[in-house]
Amino acid sequence: MSDTHAQTVSFVRESMIPQSPPPTGNRGAVLWLRENLFSGWLNILLTLVSLYVIWWALAHTMPWVFNGIWNAGSLSECREIRNATMGEGSSAACWAVLGDRWQQLMFGFYPRELYWRPVLALVIFLAAIAPVLFAQMPRRALWFTALSPFVMFWLLWGGSVWFPVSVGLGFVLGWAAWRALAPLAGNLVAVIVAALLPVIYWLYSAGPLARELEQAVALSIEYVPSQDFGGFMLSFIIGIAGIILSLPLGILLALGRQSDLFIINKISVGFIEIIRGVPLIVWLFTASLLLNYFLPPGTNFDLMLRVIIMVTLFAAAYIAEVVRGGLAALPKGQYEAADALGLDYWKAMRLIILPQALKISIPGIVNTFIGLFKDTTLVVFIGLFDPIGLSNAIRASVEWNGIYWELFVFIGLLFFICCFSMSRYSLYLEKKLQRGHK
Amino acid sequence: MTTTSDVPKAGFRPSQLIYDTRYRSLTIQVIAFIALMLGLSWLVSNTIANLSALGKDFDFGFLGQRAGYDINQRLVEYDSASSHGRAALVGILNTLLIAVLGCALATVVGVLAGVLRLSKNWIVANLMAVYVEGFRNIPVLLWILLIFALMTESTPQPRDFRDGGDAAMILGDSVAITNRGVFIPAPFWGAGAGILLAVFLVSLVGIYVWRRHAHKVQEQTGRILPIGWGTLGLLIVPTALAFLALSATTGRERLPVYAVGAEANMSLADFTAGPGAQGLNVCAVPGSTEALNLRRLMRAGEARFNLVPVADGAAAIAAAEAGRCNILSLPGGTDPATVPAGAVALSEDIARGLPVEFERPVLGGFNFEGGLQLRNSLIALWLALSLYTGAFIAENVRGGILSVSKGQTEAAFALGIKPSRTMRLVILPQALRVIIPPMISQYLNLTKNSSLAIAVGYMDVRSTLGGITINQTGKELEGMLLLGLFYLVTSLIISSAMNLYNSRVKLKER
Repeated sequence: MSDTHAQTVSFVRESMIPQSPPPTGNRGAVLWLRENLFSGWLNILLTLVSLYVIWWALAHTMPWVFNGIWNAGSLSECREIRNATMGEGSSAACWAVLGDRWQQLMFGFYPRELYWRPVLALVIFLAAIAPVLFAQMPRRALWFTALSPFVMFWLLWGGSVWFPVSVGLGFVLGWAAWRALAPLAGNLVAVIVAALLPVIYWLYSAGPLARELEQAVALSIEYVPSQDFGGFMLSFIIGIAGIILSLPLGILLALGRQSDLFIINKISVGFIEIIRGVPLIVWLFTASLLLNYFLPPGTNFDLMLRVIIMVTLFAAAYIAEVVRGGLAALPKGQYEAADALGLDYWKAMRLIILPQALKISIPGIVNTFIGLFKDTTLVVFIGLFDPIGLSNAIRASVEWNGIYWELFVFIGLLFFICCFSMSRYSLYLEKKLQRGHK
Repeated sequence: MTTTSDVPKAGFRPSQLIYDTRYRSLTIQVIAFIALMLGLSWLVSNTIANLSALGKDFDFGFLGQRAGYDINQRLVEYDSASSHGRAALVGILNTLLIAVLGCALATVVGVLAGVLRLSKNWIVANLMAVYVEGFRNIPVLLWILLIFALMTESTPQPRDFRDGGDAAMILGDSVAITNRGVFIPAPFWGAGAGILLAVFLVSLVGIYVWRRHAHKVQEQTGRILPIGWGTLGLLIVPTALAFLALSATTGRERLPVYAVGAEANMSLADFTAGPGAQGLNVCAVPGSTEALNLRRLMRAGEARFNLVPVADGAAAIAAAEAGRCNILSLPGGTDPATVPAGAVALSEDIARGLPVEFERPVLGGFNFEGGLQLRNSLIALWLALSLYTGAFIAENVRGGILSVSKGQTEAAFALGIKPSRTMRLVILPQALRVIIPPMISQYLNLTKNSSLAIAVGYMDVRSTLGGITINQTGKELEGMLLLGLFYLVTSLIISSAMNLYNSRVKLKER
């Protein structure tokens, strides 16, 4: 067609026009502006409205933030400085409160000369979590991860080193019992014994053993009671302890909910639904008001420990649902393949099902952790000094009476940094895992 | 499975309980059951021992006892003489109120933010991203406290609204934002409100019928009737016509105001100065437009008065005869013969009132009077919960819309379907299937998070039943049990609704 056309019609052009750049209105920043911001009347309206909103918000906050006063001993001093330098009634933040009280917001009433201990515990935690989070790390580092909870506990609370050691021995005992009994008496008996033996050991001999060892070789650092814990340190401790302890429990509950065994299934479902159906704050009040009713008369233990137990149970129910999603997402062929290989239930779970299911559920688990970390602020209502509780305490002092926004901004910013980086990690993981499936 | 056929039919040996897969599951379950029962009985026996050591018993009789505390926000009648059970009910209603309000606002905010985050407009999309990430990554408790502090610290006091003050009411002098709360116009239901409501309900039925009819016509003939305009018209026109008609008839009626001990054709000012000098007590049905108009009349005459609430016209007459009030307004249509002895109509009369009227808040002595007061605790909790949950819903909405593949839109366009219909008939039905289940679990979260009312002193069920009642009666166990049960039942109802929906919209695989 085009051939005939070219031959018959004499005005068809035979040489190419030299390339020329697009007109100025159709390239670079102008094009981007037109396409993204001003492509139609609705878009123009949206752009103008959002520009106004941004301007309004910045105009109200930026002078306050950047006029902020960093050197003052009290709120009234702050106001005097502001009135002297910027004039009466101008807007200026009093950041001096952060310089004055940041230790409290971070560590609560933890002794000042011992701040290195929680900091070191945090470093150990980060080192211990690295092999779990990043697959490039050597596998041997997982042993350090397994040991780290005991080290962190000792660093935070102090006291005799033998107490965490004797608690840790319980796990070794259980493991040894399982290894010794499994070939002799069968798996089921071995598991039951391995579960019961450490419990009996913890109840009856762990305490005396620790005391004996302490008398033989005294190795202790200064003890810090739980009442002195506070601030972000408390949020971190409750959050991290909650997630570490709840993970195994949550996986067991998820397996129970997927199980064919009627009673196990119903127990798991009941536990999960009851925990999830009631707000955390009600559970925290239960921990502070009611837990003493449920324990043998005369027992009375640390409020913080009670909170950690409650938070653990709470998070376990949520993690169980996340893991259940992972289990349900696996193709049925994986289960059948495991059966075809002749693996028993636990081997199939450990070697085939759970590695895949947990991999799928890691983003969900991270999200649960973010939620849990944010929810640690609720402990303020039962009298623990989390950052919000401390901000109330700071406001109650004479020097800083009436200071609101500066503390809120600081606390909010710290939470934002922690939670946002965790959510970015979960996104990174999601992307990485997605690539694996394609 | 195949091995079961050649199992030897030997007698049962106890070791089979462990080694035979047919019996092992039973063994495990029995062991688990026994362990559970042992654990439960241990807890119960501990509880019984602890209760008896404290000299407490386990009964719910405290619910019938006098509560003795006030609740500043209530949807049903309550005073300090009411029972603890009544206080719990007030708390439950307050919790449900904040949950419903919060879910509604969170849905609006979330859908808007989710759609706008997908906008091609760079600024809007990023603004919404900042909103979503900001709210998702900061504890909701902090947001509640922040908004509450904003409401109480940064808003003007009522006295700033006086002449010369630097605050002003907004929306045509009908809404006042103060540090004691937001005052908005309050609705009053007058004569014919019932008819108006009935008309509205009938028009709802009409909409349903119209839509069914339109679908039927489209399926039979292919003709598309204007469903949207028809629905809108049916929603507005009949109710508006009824409102206008009622306003023109009963709304124009004038009602006399009766005063006990007045002379014929006396004016209100004369009555106040004369027979009513020792004080004006007004009998009126609270919440009715007659009462509203009577109050307006009294306010216009600068008369100070006490309101004696009565249930209806007969009760007003009885109260007047008992001497409890000296001014009364009778609902329209009351037989003049029944007007109590000694009561004479004043020269002023009042309008019977439109079917529904709004009373604006006005600045009284130290605070605003009239209108509805939305307390700061309610507003802060409502806004914070809605914005927080809205951020999560926005992500669900975004994910849902993104989950519909672009080919669906292109296919719809290829079939020649208009963009608006493509959205309604092709994209939304598929996106909603993804959006709704997580959205309902967000509603659930919002309902549970409403227990954070403790941070701002909003009287929800945790503050009444789980707070003051427990402190006063010492019944922690029973109170917490009831509280937990309430939340559990609410959650189960919401999640079973979700399951119902899920099974309805699930892809039908055949």
